[in-house]
Amino acid sequence: MALTRSALRLFSGRFNKACQVRGYADAPSMSLTFAAPSHVLYNNISVKQIDVPSFSGSFGILPAHVPTLAVLKPGVVTVFENDGSTKKFFVSSGTVTINEDSTVQLLAEEAVPVGSLDISAAKELLAQSQSQLASASSDVAKAEAEISIEVSEALVKACE
Amino acid sequence: MFSRSAAIVPQCSQQVRGMATLKMISIRLKSVKNIQKITQSMKMVSAAKYTKAERELKLARPYGIGSQEFYKKAEVKDEEGEKGQLIIAISSDRGLCGAVHSSIGRIVKADIAANPNTKVVIVGDKVRNILQRLHAKNIAMVVTEVGRKPAVFGDAAIVAQSIINSGIEFSKGKILFNAFRTVVSFRTTEMPLYSQTAVANASKLPVYDSLDSDVIQSYTEFSLASLLFYSMKENATSEQSSRMTAMDNASKNAGEMIDKLTMTFNRTRQAVITRELIEIISVIATLMS
Repeated sequence: MALTRSALRLFSGRFNKACQVRGYADAPSMSLTFAAPSHVLYNNISVKQIDVPSFSGSFGILPAHVPTLAVLKPGVVTVFENDGSTKKFFVSSGTVTINEDSTVQLLAEEAVPVGSLDISAAKELLAQSQSQLASASSDVAKAEAEISIEVSEALVKACE
Repeated sequence: MFSRSAAIVPQCSQQVRGMATLKMISIRLKSVKNIQKITQSMKMVSAAKYTKAERELKLARPYGIGSQEFYKKAEVKDEEGEKGQLIIAISSDRGLCGAVHSSIGRIVKADIAANPNTKVVIVGDKVRNILQRLHAKNIAMVVTEVGRKPAVFGDAAIVAQSIINSGIEFSKGKILFNAFRTVVSFRTTEMPLYSQTAVANASKLPVYDSLDSDVIQSYTEFSLASLLFYSMKENATSEQSSRMTAMDNASKNAGEMIDKLTMTFNRTRQAVITRELIEIISVIATLMS
């Protein structure tokens, strides 16, 4: 009797642990550090999900995501916080690191809340960069103009 | 008339003795007072710059610490190779800031002595001046116009781009800078720097999914700029706080010198007056008797 009870306890303990690891829905939240050189947005805050735009495609990061590295594309990062609210930020470029222990470092060169973007200024920037591409002479200038266009297109898209 | 010319000559010969000339003391007093004014104003300027630098550093710290996380978590180790060592030494162009530049210079010299196959990228003129005499061959690149304005990410990106474009190869690398602790203390620290091959051979890299060499290259380039930015911010804060302390000490020392000189000046002035009185009285005494 005692043997079976202790065996049950052991078994149930391990079963619970197995459940914790396999069930993504109730896995421990991941800890996000989302920072730019001049300000920090999240510092080791646990969140539910993060959607990031990267050069290898946009993807969402949930707890226990497979570890990976990615380079950010200009676009919108959406953070789903633990209390259900979502926040959107526009990032210009950067890197994202997902580690084995479910910590995520999102390092952006510039990151601003989408709410503070001005659509008219974004359209103006797009027009400016397009004319820059037209008048670009060297390969370097062309590449810089193309980067500028990419960022301004993403900016306009984020405002809409 | 006769008595006056007789009185003047002994005065001259007595005044030239040592520091006793009133004029010399007053010149020295004026110059030390000027120096004190300058050091006091330098202290206030660096106090203002320090406040700003510390505020920016606090905001940049999560970014800097986050940039180093990957290398710790992936357990990246130095490459086993003979391509030499790369040291990036962070300093600035301006002096009068205590031991900030000399501590970096000392460690670079010790490293070069231990490992002669070392290339140094110097950010800032001061360390370049320290190393130029004996280790000019090891200096790979020097970045100037540093320290006048607070560093922005763009500056670090320019430095990182030049290092990448120069094609320097290394097996192990480090960034040497002064990490800011408190207003009165800083610590000269090193941050490890890993080459792309070292990252590719990291023990935990297979854990990371879907990586190709393009991603690793972009990642290491961006993180080089991020680490440089962070170390520049830390160094700037340490430099301003150290300059504040140094100028404060200089003003205090100047103040002490002013006190001593003023005492000497007053004593000398009184001695001169007493001497003149004695001579006049002795002349009158001889005339009377």
